[in-house]
Amino acid sequence: MQFEFLLEQVVNGLVLGGYYLLIALGLSLIFSVGGIVNLAHGAFYALGAYVCVELTKRLGFGASVVVSPLAVALLGILFERFILRRFYTADPILSLLVTFGLAMVAEQAIRMIWGAAPVSTEIPQAFRGSVIVGDFLFSRYRLLILAVVAAILLGIWWLLQKTSFGRVVRAGIQRPDMVAALGIRLQPYMTAIVMLGVGMAALGGAFFAPITTVHPAMGAEIMTIAFVVVVIGGLGSFWGVIIAALLVGVVRGIAIHFEPAAGEASVYILMFLVLLVRPRGLLGERIEKFE
Amino acid sequence: MIRTSRRTLLRTGAAFAGASALGFPSIVKAQAEKIRIGHLTPLTGFLGVIGVYAQLGVKLAAEEINASGGILGKQIDLLSEDSINPATASTKAQRMLEQDGAVVLLGEISSASSLTIMQVAERNKKVFFSTGARSDALRGKNCNKYSFHCDIPNTVMVNAVGTALSQKGMVKGKKFFTLTADYIFGHDLLKAAKVFFGAHEANLIGDELIATDVTDFSPYLLKVRQAKPDVVCCNLAGNQVTNLVKQYAEFGFPYPLVGFNLNTGDAWAAGAGNLSGTWPTVWYHTLQNPTSQAFVAAFTKKYGKPPENHAWIDYITLKLLAEAINTTKSTDSGELIAYFEKQSQFDIGKARKAYFRSWDHQLVQEAYPFTVKPKDQMKDQWDMLVLGEVVPTANDPLEAIYPTREQNPCEMKS
Repeated sequence: MQFEFLLEQVVNGLVLGGYYLLIALGLSLIFSVGGIVNLAHGAFYALGAYVCVELTKRLGFGASVVVSPLAVALLGILFERFILRRFYTADPILSLLVTFGLAMVAEQAIRMIWGAAPVSTEIPQAFRGSVIVGDFLFSRYRLLILAVVAAILLGIWWLLQKTSFGRVVRAGIQRPDMVAALGIRLQPYMTAIVMLGVGMAALGGAFFAPITTVHPAMGAEIMTIAFVVVVIGGLGSFWGVIIAALLVGVVRGIAIHFEPAAGEASVYILMFLVLLVRPRGLLGERIEKFE
Repeated sequence: MIRTSRRTLLRTGAAFAGASALGFPSIVKAQAEKIRIGHLTPLTGFLGVIGVYAQLGVKLAAEEINASGGILGKQIDLLSEDSINPATASTKAQRMLEQDGAVVLLGEISSASSLTIMQVAERNKKVFFSTGARSDALRGKNCNKYSFHCDIPNTVMVNAVGTALSQKGMVKGKKFFTLTADYIFGHDLLKAAKVFFGAHEANLIGDELIATDVTDFSPYLLKVRQAKPDVVCCNLAGNQVTNLVKQYAEFGFPYPLVGFNLNTGDAWAAGAGNLSGTWPTVWYHTLQNPTSQAFVAAFTKKYGKPPENHAWIDYITLKLLAEAINTTKSTDSGELIAYFEKQSQFDIGKARKAYFRSWDHQLVQEAYPFTVKPKDQMKDQWDMLVLGEVVPTANDPLEAIYPTREQNPCEMKS
């Protein structure tokens, strides 16, 4: 019985990892293509949640969870065009500062628009409750999230590996100078990647709005775990981030099974151990400075 | 480069000195005519949501007091800041007393931060009203002469909900599973809950200590399901409660969820349709009492939404402090302590008047259990709760629900 309970935590950890992935993957993609660590990524997650709550009052949850990430992705165009684009070739400290500042501006803007008190919404009745598969119990709603995340991952993999868009993006990641020499402008591709990245973060926010506190600082809160995932997986690595997100979810679940009070610390201990053995993260590019 | 002649420099310096001599005394005098009061409360972190309400409440009280002539004929200069965490709370409290010239401190929700401010108050021999911290230990083994406690302590919250649950047959012989906030407040609440379970023949079959920054409760909920309890009991705080309530509704377990701690701000954040069960509260804005309703009207008019219980408690604390200073005609700590220790009675907007108990400085007042309104009966998003019968009932002494001197001994050094 003990083993079954443990296994249940492992499976639940995988589901949670899928959710972390929504936020971490966009962060990693934007870094891969633009070389920018987007500290404002959490702000888009928060915006996704707030816009979803607001739209749910008019359109219902089903439509809002689709429209909200799309609206935030459109905002991503402005973010890339007027802010990020100026910093691709600049000193990385400048983009860190500007995205950090933007995160603070966004948090205050949310506070001014929606107030400091949390807003709330609820899961549609059809997705409430749990389903029992074999010996395992799953929240119906989280299974829905998992299915959507799996579909998105598949879509992104297809986009990057099987389309001409993906070939340019991958080439741009490895040899941007060569892509430019071939007469291809990377900027529109960068815009698309930023839209995709912030849209995914917003989708994470929209999905989690009914099951977590929607408050102005939620974006800053999620950034910690998103960075842990990206650092463990290796900054810029597609598969690294996927493995790390699932690993973080599972390690946390196992830790809570044996020692509940150590649940949150376990994630940071994992990061510490990975960095000790592989400073570049599980599948990250080699950083000569550290190895 | 701009060159400044020696003569110009001297002239400017002399003019500045002259202006200082003429102008500054009036500024200094203006400052001296105000009474500075320090207010600390968490505006960020897991208690930030309810701390914001506390700040709105105390600001409204200061405005009303100033509009009606201030205290001892002087205006209140309220200094209200984010206490952030226990270490920062202590540093800010020290600065407010030493450098800013605050004559008294009030505020706080976190029991851990309140404890550090209590120590600063004792060192500086200044009065501190801990308005929102609920740990019994603050009134017991950590008590001191300069600290007063306005919110209901953990034991009262357990008694308020426990009594309501007992009446529904949900305690005797039942298996409880508790989820507890992993800091002084949670530990203390669990201790009070264990005393209650022991006295009422209930079994505690599992408890999970949960860090205050946890937002995903799914692994803990799986452990609840594995234990198969009769009742799940929430001993969490702030945003933790909101997240648990939402995720408990998500999983849809058959075991009823109740709690020994909940603030109305957390209930509102959870939203209609997610919250259920029986919980305790110190005050709710629908309470039918003229003083309470006057406060609700003023707050709603000013801020466009009804007040939360922390807004109320910080509001009434500044009001009763003003009343005490006006009555004693002094801001001296010794005189204020003596006045409160006489168990002077205050109208705090409830049926019975409240007083600070002389031996542990606890504001003895009524409390209420509450249940949740069906969604279709709510008038608006704030109208979520139905207050149960007041505890203690009108025939019992107010102190009946509070820990006794034997249960929570307090030794104050004079």
